[in-house]
Amino acid sequence: MPKVVFISHDGTRREVQAESGLSLMRAAVDNGVPGIDADCGGMCACATCHVFVEPAWGARLAPPTAQEEEMLNFTAERRETSRLACQIPVVDALDGLTVTLPEGQH
Amino acid sequence: MTTAEIQAAARERAFSMPLQDIDPSDTTLFADDTVGHYFARLRRDAPVHRAHNTVFGDYWSVTTYDQIMAVDTNHQAFSSSWENGGITIMDRPMTERLQSFIMMDPPKHDVQRLAVSPIVAPANLANMEGLIRERTQRVLDALPRGEAFDWVDTVSIELTTMMLATLFDFPFEERRLLTWWSDVATTNPDVDKSRVSSWEERQAELVKMAQYFSRLWNERVNAPPKTDLISMLAHGPATRNMPPTEFLGNLVLLIVGGNDTTRNSMTGGLLALSRYPEEWAKLRANPALLDSMVPEVIRWQTPLAHMRRTATADVELGGQTIRKGEKVIMWYLSGNRDERMIADPDRLIIDRPRPRQHLAFGFGIHRCVGNRLAELQLKILWQEILKRFESIEVLDEPTRVRSNFIRGYSRLPVRIPA
Repeated sequence: MPKVVFISHDGTRREVQAESGLSLMRAAVDNGVPGIDADCGGMCACATCHVFVEPAWGARLAPPTAQEEEMLNFTAERRETSRLACQIPVVDALDGLTVTLPEGQH
Repeated sequence: MTTAEIQAAARERAFSMPLQDIDPSDTTLFADDTVGHYFARLRRDAPVHRAHNTVFGDYWSVTTYDQIMAVDTNHQAFSSSWENGGITIMDRPMTERLQSFIMMDPPKHDVQRLAVSPIVAPANLANMEGLIRERTQRVLDALPRGEAFDWVDTVSIELTTMMLATLFDFPFEERRLLTWWSDVATTNPDVDKSRVSSWEERQAELVKMAQYFSRLWNERVNAPPKTDLISMLAHGPATRNMPPTEFLGNLVLLIVGGNDTTRNSMTGGLLALSRYPEEWAKLRANPALLDSMVPEVIRWQTPLAHMRRTATADVELGGQTIRKGEKVIMWYLSGNRDERMIADPDRLIIDRPRPRQHLAFGFGIHRCVGNRLAELQLKILWQEILKRFESIEVLDEPTRVRSNFIRGYSRLPVRIPA
Protein backbone atom coordinates (compact mmCIF):
# COMPACT_ATOMS: atom_id res chain seq x y z
CA MET A 1 0.00 0.00 0.00
CA PRO A 2 1.58 3.30 -1.07
CA LYS A 3 1.96 6.03 1.51
CA VAL A 4 0.61 9.49 0.66
CA VAL A 5 0.96 12.75 2.60
CA PHE A 6 -1.61 15.53 2.96
CA ILE A 7 -0.44 18.88 4.35
CA SER A 8 -3.36 21.02 5.48
CA HIS A 9 -3.61 24.79 5.00
CA ASP A 10 -2.42 25.31 8.60
CA GLY A 11 0.61 23.08 8.00
CA THR A 12 -0.62 19.92 9.73
CA ARG A 13 0.91 16.86 8.09
CA ARG A 14 -1.09 13.64 7.75
CA GLU A 15 0.38 10.44 6.36
CA VAL A 16 -2.03 7.76 5.25
CA GLN A 17 -1.75 4.35 3.62
CA ALA A 18 -3.63 4.54 0.35
CA GLU A 19 -5.27 1.56 -1.28
CA SER A 20 -3.50 0.98 -4.57
CA GLY A 21 -5.73 1.69 -7.58
CA LEU A 22 -8.19 3.93 -5.73
CA SER A 23 -8.07 7.70 -6.12
CA LEU A 24 -6.13 10.12 -3.94
CA MET A 25 -9.53 11.59 -2.96
CA ARG A 26 -10.61 8.16 -1.60
CA ALA A 27 -7.35 7.89 0.35
CA ALA A 28 -8.23 11.17 2.08
CA VAL A 29 -11.91 10.48 2.65
CA ASP A 30 -11.45 6.85 3.77
CA ASN A 31 -8.80 7.94 6.27
CA GLY A 32 -10.73 10.91 7.62
CA VAL A 33 -8.34 13.57 6.33
CA PRO A 34 -10.15 16.89 6.89
CA GLY A 35 -10.27 19.49 4.11
CA ILE A 36 -11.26 17.17 1.26
CA ASP A 37 -15.03 17.49 0.83
CA ALA A 38 -15.55 15.44 -2.36
CA ASP A 39 -19.16 16.55 -2.75
CA CYS A 40 -19.68 14.77 -6.08
CA GLY A 41 -18.16 11.50 -4.90
CA GLY A 42 -15.41 11.37 -7.51
CA MET A 43 -17.18 12.38 -10.74
CA CYS A 44 -14.89 15.34 -11.52
CA ALA A 45 -17.95 17.55 -11.17
CA CYS A 46 -17.55 19.81 -8.10
CA ALA A 47 -13.86 20.67 -7.53
CA THR A 48 -14.11 20.14 -3.76
CA CYS A 49 -11.12 17.78 -3.62
CA HIS A 50 -8.70 20.44 -4.84
CA VAL A 51 -5.04 19.84 -3.92
CA PHE A 52 -1.66 21.34 -4.82
CA VAL A 53 0.78 18.69 -6.03
CA GLU A 54 4.47 19.33 -5.51
CA PRO A 55 6.03 19.85 -8.96
CA ALA A 56 8.35 16.85 -8.74
CA TRP A 57 5.31 14.64 -8.17
CA GLY A 58 3.07 16.49 -10.61
CA ALA A 59 5.39 15.61 -13.49
CA ARG A 60 4.79 11.92 -12.79
CA LEU A 61 0.99 12.16 -13.08
CA ALA A 62 -1.14 11.92 -16.21
CA PRO A 63 -2.09 15.47 -17.25
CA PRO A 64 -5.56 16.74 -16.35
CA THR A 65 -8.42 16.02 -18.75
CA ALA A 66 -10.40 18.86 -20.32
CA GLN A 67 -13.17 18.30 -17.77
CA GLU A 68 -10.71 18.50 -14.84
CA GLU A 69 -9.25 21.71 -16.30
CA GLU A 70 -12.74 23.22 -16.50
CA MET A 71 -13.56 22.39 -12.92
CA LEU A 72 -10.16 23.59 -11.64
CA ASN A 73 -10.79 26.86 -13.42
CA PHE A 74 -13.53 27.66 -10.91
CA THR A 75 -11.60 26.90 -7.72
CA ALA A 76 -10.87 29.80 -5.41
CA GLU A 77 -7.08 29.66 -5.66
CA ARG A 78 -6.08 27.99 -8.89
CA ARG A 79 -2.32 27.46 -9.22
CA GLU A 80 0.02 25.77 -11.70
CA THR A 81 0.13 22.82 -9.33
CA SER A 82 -3.64 22.49 -8.86
CA ARG A 83 -5.25 19.08 -9.38
CA LEU A 84 -8.43 17.31 -8.32
CA ALA A 85 -7.59 14.43 -6.02
CA CYS A 86 -10.43 12.32 -7.46
CA GLN A 87 -8.63 12.29 -10.81
CA ILE A 88 -5.35 10.91 -9.43
CA PRO A 89 -5.25 7.11 -9.13
CA VAL A 90 -2.77 6.16 -6.43
CA VAL A 91 -0.44 3.42 -7.65
CA ASP A 92 2.59 1.85 -5.97
CA ALA A 93 4.95 4.06 -8.00
CA LEU A 94 3.44 7.09 -6.24
CA ASP A 95 4.58 5.94 -2.77
CA GLY A 96 5.48 9.14 -0.90
CA LEU A 97 3.21 11.44 -2.97
CA THR A 98 2.82 14.72 -1.08
CA VAL A 99 0.07 17.27 -1.64
CA THR A 100 -1.00 20.50 0.08
CA LEU A 101 -4.62 21.52 0.69
CA PRO A 102 -6.09 24.96 -0.09
CA GLU A 103 -7.68 27.19 2.54
CA GLY A 104 -11.13 25.92 1.68
CA GLN A 105 -12.95 23.75 -0.84
CA HIS A 106 -15.39 25.63 -2.91
CA MET B 1 -59.05 15.65 3.31
CA THR B 2 -56.21 15.42 5.79
CA THR B 3 -52.63 15.85 4.61
CA ALA B 4 -52.08 12.10 4.89
CA GLU B 5 -55.17 11.39 2.78
CA ILE B 6 -54.08 13.88 0.11
CA GLN B 7 -50.67 12.17 -0.08
CA ALA B 8 -52.18 8.67 -0.23
CA ALA B 9 -54.58 9.68 -3.01
CA ALA B 10 -51.74 11.28 -5.00
CA ARG B 11 -49.62 8.14 -4.67
CA GLU B 12 -52.47 5.96 -5.87
CA ARG B 13 -53.03 8.24 -8.85
CA ALA B 14 -49.31 8.60 -9.70
CA PHE B 15 -48.79 4.83 -9.80
CA SER B 16 -51.97 4.00 -11.73
CA MET B 17 -52.15 6.67 -14.43
CA PRO B 18 -50.72 6.09 -17.93
CA LEU B 19 -47.05 7.07 -18.08
CA GLN B 20 -47.60 9.35 -21.05
CA ASP B 21 -50.05 11.48 -19.03
CA ILE B 22 -47.60 12.27 -16.24
CA ASP B 23 -46.64 15.96 -16.13
CA PRO B 24 -44.45 16.76 -13.12
CA SER B 25 -44.24 20.43 -14.17
CA ASP B 26 -47.86 20.94 -13.00
CA THR B 27 -47.43 23.63 -10.35
CA THR B 28 -50.44 22.42 -8.33
CA LEU B 29 -48.36 19.33 -7.47
CA PHE B 30 -45.77 21.60 -5.88
CA ALA B 31 -48.34 23.74 -4.06
CA ASP B 32 -49.71 20.66 -2.26
CA ASP B 33 -46.32 18.86 -2.16
CA THR B 34 -47.53 15.73 -3.94
CA VAL B 35 -45.10 15.85 -6.87
CA GLY B 36 -42.78 13.37 -5.14
CA HIS B 37 -45.13 10.47 -5.94
CA TYR B 38 -45.00 11.24 -9.65
CA PHE B 39 -41.21 11.42 -9.50
CA ALA B 40 -41.11 8.05 -7.71
CA ARG B 41 -43.17 6.54 -10.52
CA LEU B 42 -40.93 8.06 -13.21
CA ARG B 43 -37.73 6.90 -11.48
CA ARG B 44 -39.13 3.37 -11.42
CA ASP B 45 -40.75 3.20 -14.85
CA ALA B 46 -39.36 5.96 -17.09
CA PRO B 47 -36.25 7.72 -15.75
CA VAL B 48 -35.95 9.72 -18.99
CA HIS B 49 -39.54 10.64 -19.84
CA ARG B 50 -41.22 12.81 -22.45
CA ALA B 51 -44.26 14.93 -21.60
CA HIS B 52 -46.39 16.41 -24.39
CA ASN B 53 -48.65 19.44 -24.71
CA THR B 54 -48.24 20.74 -21.18
CA VAL B 55 -48.51 24.35 -20.00
CA PHE B 56 -44.73 24.39 -20.52
CA GLY B 57 -44.84 22.68 -23.91
CA ASP B 58 -43.14 19.35 -24.66
CA TYR B 59 -40.19 18.47 -22.46
CA TRP B 60 -38.00 15.61 -21.23
CA SER B 61 -37.86 14.82 -17.50
CA VAL B 62 -34.65 13.33 -16.12
CA THR B 63 -35.38 11.97 -12.66
CA THR B 64 -32.62 9.63 -11.45
CA TYR B 65 -29.45 10.77 -9.68
CA ASP B 66 -27.07 9.19 -12.19
CA GLN B 67 -28.80 10.50 -15.30
CA ILE B 68 -29.05 14.01 -13.83
CA MET B 69 -25.30 13.89 -13.10
CA ALA B 70 -24.71 12.79 -16.71
CA VAL B 71 -26.64 15.76 -18.11
CA ASP B 72 -25.24 18.29 -15.65
CA THR B 73 -21.62 17.38 -16.44
CA ASN B 74 -22.08 17.46 -20.23
CA HIS B 75 -22.43 21.11 -21.18
CA GLN B 76 -21.35 20.33 -24.73
CA ALA B 77 -24.47 18.26 -25.41
CA PHE B 78 -26.81 20.10 -23.03
CA SER B 79 -26.70 23.87 -23.38
CA SER B 80 -27.65 26.42 -20.72
CA SER B 81 -27.55 29.36 -23.12
CA TRP B 82 -30.42 31.84 -23.05
CA GLU B 83 -30.27 31.75 -26.83
CA ASN B 84 -31.30 28.09 -26.73
CA GLY B 85 -33.86 28.49 -23.95
CA GLY B 86 -31.96 29.10 -20.72
CA ILE B 87 -32.12 27.23 -17.43
CA THR B 88 -35.79 27.00 -16.45
CA ILE B 89 -38.74 25.17 -17.92
CA MET B 90 -40.45 28.46 -18.68
CA ASP B 91 -40.03 29.56 -22.35
CA ARG B 92 -40.08 33.28 -23.03
CA PRO B 93 -39.84 35.26 -26.27
CA MET B 94 -36.24 36.03 -27.27
CA THR B 95 -36.56 39.73 -26.42
CA GLU B 96 -37.71 39.02 -22.86
CA ARG B 97 -35.02 36.51 -21.95
CA LEU B 98 -32.71 37.49 -19.14
CA GLN B 99 -29.03 37.09 -19.89
CA SER B 100 -26.66 36.06 -17.14
CA PHE B 101 -23.68 33.79 -16.79
CA ILE B 102 -25.80 30.86 -15.59
CA MET B 103 -27.60 31.17 -18.94
CA MET B 104 -24.40 31.09 -20.99
CA ASP B 105 -22.12 28.33 -22.20
CA PRO B 106 -18.30 28.52 -22.18
CA PRO B 107 -16.28 30.55 -22.89
CA LYS B 108 -18.33 33.65 -21.98
CA HIS B 109 -19.85 31.91 -18.97
CA ASP B 110 -16.41 31.26 -17.53
CA VAL B 111 -15.10 34.82 -17.58
CA GLN B 112 -18.27 36.32 -16.12
CA ARG B 113 -18.52 33.72 -13.38
CA LEU B 114 -14.88 34.29 -12.46
CA ALA B 115 -15.60 38.01 -12.17
CA VAL B 116 -17.97 37.50 -9.22
CA SER B 117 -16.78 34.27 -7.57
CA PRO B 118 -14.06 35.91 -5.41
CA ILE B 119 -16.81 37.37 -3.18
CA VAL B 120 -17.47 33.88 -1.81
CA ALA B 121 -13.83 32.71 -1.67
CA PRO B 122 -12.77 31.06 1.60
CA ALA B 123 -10.96 34.11 2.99
CA ASN B 124 -13.97 36.34 2.33
CA LEU B 125 -16.32 33.88 4.01
CA ALA B 126 -14.14 33.98 7.10
CA ASN B 127 -14.42 37.78 7.07
CA MET B 128 -18.22 37.63 6.83
CA GLU B 129 -18.75 35.09 9.60
CA GLY B 130 -18.76 37.59 12.47
CA LEU B 131 -21.31 39.86 10.81
CA ILE B 132 -23.61 36.96 9.94
CA ARG B 133 -23.47 35.68 13.52
CA GLU B 134 -24.14 39.06 15.08
CA ARG B 135 -27.19 39.63 12.86
CA THR B 136 -28.50 36.13 13.46
CA GLN B 137 -28.22 36.67 17.20
CA ARG B 138 -30.09 39.96 16.96
CA VAL B 139 -32.94 38.48 14.91
CA LEU B 140 -33.32 35.48 17.22
CA ASP B 141 -33.13 37.57 20.40
CA ALA B 142 -36.02 39.72 19.15
CA LEU B 143 -38.37 36.76 18.53
CA PRO B 144 -41.57 36.71 20.62
CA ARG B 145 -42.05 34.00 23.26
CA GLY B 146 -45.34 32.22 23.81
CA GLU B 147 -47.05 33.69 20.78
CA ALA B 148 -47.44 32.66 17.15
CA PHE B 149 -45.39 34.29 14.41
CA ASP B 150 -44.38 33.57 10.81
CA TRP B 151 -40.92 32.00 10.63
CA VAL B 152 -40.62 32.73 6.90
CA ASP B 153 -40.95 36.49 7.16
CA THR B 154 -39.46 37.07 10.59
CA VAL B 155 -36.41 34.85 10.34
CA SER B 156 -35.74 33.34 6.90
CA ILE B 157 -36.47 36.39 4.75
CA GLU B 158 -34.96 38.82 7.22
CA LEU B 159 -31.64 36.98 7.52
CA THR B 160 -31.17 36.26 3.82
CA THR B 161 -32.17 39.79 2.82
CA MET B 162 -29.65 41.33 5.21
CA MET B 163 -26.97 39.06 3.74
CA LEU B 164 -27.88 40.12 0.20
CA ALA B 165 -27.85 43.80 1.13
CA THR B 166 -24.31 43.31 2.43
CA LEU B 167 -23.12 41.45 -0.68
CA PHE B 168 -24.40 44.26 -2.93
CA ASP B 169 -23.69 47.04 -0.42
CA PHE B 170 -27.35 47.90 -1.03
CA PRO B 171 -29.04 50.71 0.97
CA PHE B 172 -29.82 48.74 4.13
CA GLU B 173 -33.16 50.35 5.00
CA GLU B 174 -34.51 49.52 1.55
CA ARG B 175 -33.33 45.93 1.58
CA ARG B 176 -36.82 44.42 1.30
CA LEU B 177 -36.83 45.67 -2.29
CA LEU B 178 -34.33 42.86 -2.94
CA THR B 179 -36.79 40.29 -1.60
CA TRP B 180 -39.56 41.77 -3.72
CA TRP B 181 -37.53 41.77 -6.93
CA SER B 182 -36.31 38.23 -6.30
CA ASP B 183 -39.90 37.06 -5.82
CA VAL B 184 -41.12 38.92 -8.90
CA ALA B 185 -38.29 37.60 -11.06
CA THR B 186 -39.16 33.98 -10.26
CA THR B 187 -42.92 34.44 -10.63
CA ASN B 188 -44.68 32.93 -13.61
CA PRO B 189 -47.84 35.08 -13.81
CA ASP B 190 -49.53 32.45 -16.00
CA VAL B 191 -49.82 30.17 -12.97
CA ASP B 192 -49.32 32.50 -9.98
CA LYS B 193 -50.88 35.96 -9.85
CA SER B 194 -50.14 36.64 -6.19
CA ARG B 195 -47.34 39.14 -6.93
CA VAL B 196 -47.79 40.38 -10.49
CA SER B 197 -50.78 39.61 -12.69
CA SER B 198 -49.14 39.65 -16.13
CA TRP B 199 -45.80 39.35 -17.91
CA GLU B 200 -46.00 43.07 -18.69
CA GLU B 201 -46.37 43.90 -15.00
CA ARG B 202 -43.47 41.60 -14.16
CA GLN B 203 -41.30 43.25 -16.79
CA ALA B 204 -42.23 46.71 -15.49
CA GLU B 205 -41.07 45.76 -11.98
CA LEU B 206 -37.79 44.42 -13.34
CA VAL B 207 -37.24 47.68 -15.21
CA LYS B 208 -37.63 49.54 -11.90
CA MET B 209 -35.05 47.22 -10.44
CA ALA B 210 -32.68 47.88 -13.34
CA GLN B 211 -33.08 51.64 -12.85
CA TYR B 212 -32.37 51.41 -9.14
CA PHE B 213 -29.26 49.30 -9.72
CA SER B 214 -28.08 51.54 -12.57
CA ARG B 215 -27.90 54.35 -10.03
CA LEU B 216 -25.77 52.21 -7.74
CA TRP B 217 -23.61 51.08 -10.70
CA ASN B 218 -22.95 54.69 -11.72
CA GLU B 219 -21.91 55.58 -8.18
CA ARG B 220 -19.54 52.61 -7.93
CA VAL B 221 -18.03 52.78 -11.39
CA ASN B 222 -16.89 56.34 -10.61
CA ALA B 223 -15.46 55.36 -7.22
CA PRO B 224 -12.42 53.20 -6.40
CA PRO B 225 -13.10 49.42 -6.58
CA LYS B 226 -14.66 47.87 -3.46
CA THR B 227 -15.49 44.31 -2.55
CA ASP B 228 -19.28 44.39 -3.12
CA LEU B 229 -20.82 42.64 -6.12
CA ILE B 230 -21.89 45.80 -7.96
CA SER B 231 -18.45 47.32 -7.66
CA MET B 232 -16.88 44.03 -8.77
CA LEU B 233 -19.12 43.92 -11.87
CA ALA B 234 -18.59 47.63 -12.59
CA HIS B 235 -14.79 47.36 -12.45
CA GLY B 236 -14.21 43.76 -13.68
CA PRO B 237 -12.66 43.64 -17.18
CA ALA B 238 -15.07 40.86 -18.23
CA THR B 239 -18.20 42.62 -16.98
CA ARG B 240 -17.68 46.40 -16.98
CA ASN B 241 -18.92 46.77 -20.58
CA MET B 242 -21.92 44.47 -20.22
CA PRO B 243 -24.99 45.50 -22.23
CA PRO B 244 -28.03 46.45 -20.07
CA THR B 245 -29.72 43.08 -20.65
CA GLU B 246 -26.71 41.24 -19.20
CA PHE B 247 -26.46 43.67 -16.28
CA LEU B 248 -30.10 43.06 -15.38
CA GLY B 249 -29.77 39.32 -15.98
CA ASN B 250 -26.72 38.94 -13.76
CA LEU B 251 -28.36 40.98 -10.99
CA VAL B 252 -31.43 38.74 -11.07
CA LEU B 253 -29.19 35.69 -10.98
CA LEU B 254 -27.24 36.91 -7.95
CA ILE B 255 -30.34 38.11 -6.10
CA VAL B 256 -32.38 34.96 -6.70
CA GLY B 257 -29.35 32.76 -6.13
CA GLY B 258 -28.62 34.37 -2.79
CA ASN B 259 -32.18 34.77 -1.65
CA ASP B 260 -34.77 32.08 -2.30
CA THR B 261 -32.45 29.19 -1.89
CA THR B 262 -31.06 29.95 1.54
CA ARG B 263 -34.39 31.39 2.70
CA ASN B 264 -36.28 28.21 1.92
CA SER B 265 -33.59 25.99 3.40
CA MET B 266 -33.86 28.01 6.62
CA THR B 267 -37.59 27.33 6.72
CA GLY B 268 -37.28 23.77 5.42
CA GLY B 269 -34.80 22.85 8.15
CA LEU B 270 -37.22 23.86 10.89
CA LEU B 271 -40.11 22.08 9.18
CA ALA B 272 -38.04 18.91 8.75
CA LEU B 273 -36.89 18.87 12.38
CA SER B 274 -40.47 19.34 13.57
CA ARG B 275 -41.54 16.35 11.49
CA TYR B 276 -38.69 14.21 12.79
CA PRO B 277 -38.32 15.19 16.45
CA GLU B 278 -35.86 12.33 17.04
CA GLU B 279 -33.45 14.20 14.75
CA TRP B 280 -33.86 17.35 16.86
CA ALA B 281 -33.03 15.21 19.92
CA LYS B 282 -29.91 13.86 18.20
CA LEU B 283 -28.79 17.38 17.38
CA ARG B 284 -29.33 18.65 20.91
CA ALA B 285 -27.33 15.72 22.27
CA ASN B 286 -24.51 16.28 19.79
CA PRO B 287 -24.33 19.76 18.18
CA ALA B 288 -21.28 18.63 16.17
CA LEU B 289 -23.82 16.89 13.91
CA LEU B 290 -24.57 20.33 12.44
CA ASP B 291 -21.79 19.73 9.92
CA SER B 292 -23.78 16.89 8.40
CA MET B 293 -27.21 18.32 9.18
CA VAL B 294 -26.66 21.42 7.04
CA PRO B 295 -26.08 19.54 3.75
CA GLU B 296 -28.82 17.08 4.72
CA VAL B 297 -31.32 19.93 5.16
CA ILE B 298 -30.30 21.35 1.78
CA ARG B 299 -30.85 17.93 0.18
CA TRP B 300 -34.17 17.44 1.95
CA GLN B 301 -35.39 20.88 0.91
CA THR B 302 -33.82 21.06 -2.59
CA PRO B 303 -34.82 24.73 -2.87
CA LEU B 304 -34.46 24.75 -6.66
CA ALA B 305 -36.57 21.84 -7.91
CA HIS B 306 -35.10 21.80 -11.40
CA MET B 307 -32.63 23.18 -13.91
CA ARG B 308 -33.28 23.08 -17.63
CA ARG B 309 -30.93 22.35 -20.54
CA THR B 310 -31.47 22.23 -24.31
CA ALA B 311 -29.93 19.50 -26.48
CA THR B 312 -27.35 20.85 -28.92
CA ALA B 313 -27.48 17.70 -31.09
CA ASP B 314 -29.33 14.37 -31.11
CA VAL B 315 -28.18 12.48 -28.00
CA GLU B 316 -28.95 9.14 -26.33
CA LEU B 317 -29.87 9.22 -22.65
CA GLY B 318 -31.24 6.32 -20.64
CA GLY B 319 -32.29 4.46 -23.78
CA GLN B 320 -34.18 7.45 -25.22
CA THR B 321 -33.17 9.63 -28.15
CA ILE B 322 -33.32 13.31 -27.33
CA ARG B 323 -33.42 15.41 -30.50
CA LYS B 324 -31.48 18.59 -31.12
CA GLY B 325 -33.34 21.60 -29.69
CA GLU B 326 -35.48 19.62 -27.26
CA LYS B 327 -35.96 20.82 -23.69
CA VAL B 328 -34.48 18.67 -20.94
CA ILE B 329 -35.46 19.15 -17.29
CA MET B 330 -33.13 17.83 -14.60
CA TRP B 331 -35.42 17.37 -11.62
CA TYR B 332 -32.95 17.84 -8.75
CA LEU B 333 -35.79 17.26 -6.32
CA SER B 334 -36.30 13.79 -7.77
CA GLY B 335 -32.58 12.95 -7.93
CA ASN B 336 -32.31 13.91 -4.27
CA ARG B 337 -35.05 11.36 -3.49
CA ASP B 338 -33.47 8.59 -5.59
CA GLU B 339 -33.69 5.51 -3.38
CA ARG B 340 -30.85 3.80 -5.26
CA MET B 341 -28.50 6.57 -4.18
CA ILE B 342 -29.92 7.73 -0.83
CA ALA B 343 -31.43 5.35 1.72
CA ASP B 344 -34.88 6.31 3.07
CA PRO B 345 -34.66 9.52 1.03
CA ASP B 346 -37.91 11.19 2.15
CA ARG B 347 -36.65 11.31 5.73
CA LEU B 348 -34.34 13.88 7.21
CA ILE B 349 -31.49 11.91 8.81
CA ILE B 350 -28.92 14.34 10.15
CA ASP B 351 -26.20 11.73 10.63
CA ARG B 352 -26.62 9.85 7.38
CA PRO B 353 -23.44 8.76 5.57
CA ARG B 354 -22.10 11.00 2.78
CA PRO B 355 -24.60 13.85 3.36
CA ARG B 356 -22.69 16.12 0.98
CA GLN B 357 -23.48 13.92 -2.02
CA HIS B 358 -26.66 15.59 -3.18
CA LEU B 359 -27.76 17.43 -6.32
CA ALA B 360 -29.21 20.60 -4.82
CA PHE B 361 -26.26 22.79 -5.89
CA GLY B 362 -25.99 21.15 -9.30
CA PHE B 363 -22.74 19.67 -10.61
CA GLY B 364 -20.33 20.65 -13.36
CA ILE B 365 -19.41 24.14 -14.49
CA HIS B 366 -22.70 25.74 -13.36
CA ARG B 367 -22.49 24.41 -9.79
CA CYS B 368 -23.80 26.95 -7.28
CA VAL B 369 -21.15 29.62 -6.76
CA GLY B 370 -22.52 30.59 -3.32
CA ASN B 371 -22.87 27.11 -1.87
CA ARG B 372 -20.35 27.58 0.94
CA LEU B 373 -21.87 30.90 1.97
CA ALA B 374 -25.31 29.29 2.10
CA GLU B 375 -23.96 26.51 4.29
CA LEU B 376 -22.26 29.01 6.57
CA GLN B 377 -25.49 31.00 7.03
CA LEU B 378 -27.44 27.84 7.84
CA LYS B 379 -24.81 26.55 10.25
CA ILE B 380 -24.69 29.82 12.18
CA LEU B 381 -28.50 29.99 12.33
CA TRP B 382 -28.73 26.54 13.92
CA GLN B 383 -25.79 27.11 16.27
CA GLU B 384 -27.53 30.20 17.60
CA ILE B 385 -30.94 28.50 17.77
CA LEU B 386 -29.43 25.69 19.84
CA LYS B 387 -27.98 28.20 22.30
CA ARG B 388 -31.36 29.86 22.84
CA PHE B 389 -34.36 27.61 22.37
CA GLU B 390 -35.27 24.20 23.79
CA SER B 391 -37.83 23.82 21.04
CA ILE B 392 -39.72 25.70 18.35
CA GLU B 393 -43.27 24.47 17.73
CA VAL B 394 -44.56 24.38 14.16
CA LEU B 395 -48.26 25.25 14.53
CA ASP B 396 -49.62 24.38 11.11
CA GLU B 397 -48.70 23.14 7.64
CA PRO B 398 -46.63 25.66 5.68
CA THR B 399 -48.03 27.60 2.74
CA ARG B 400 -46.00 26.57 -0.29
CA VAL B 401 -44.96 28.65 -3.26
CA ARG B 402 -46.84 27.70 -6.42
CA SER B 403 -43.81 27.10 -8.63
CA ASN B 404 -42.04 24.13 -10.19
CA PHE B 405 -38.69 25.97 -9.98
CA ILE B 406 -38.54 27.60 -6.54
CA ARG B 407 -39.39 24.92 -3.98
CA GLY B 408 -40.29 27.11 -1.09
CA TYR B 409 -42.66 28.51 1.47
CA SER B 410 -44.49 31.77 1.84
CA ARG B 411 -45.59 31.12 5.44
CA LEU B 412 -44.80 28.82 8.37
CA PRO B 413 -46.57 29.63 11.63
CA VAL B 414 -44.51 28.76 14.71
CA ARG B 415 -44.31 29.45 18.45
CA ILE B 416 -41.41 29.44 20.84
CA PRO B 417 -42.60 28.25 24.27
CA ALA B 418 -42.55 31.04 26.87
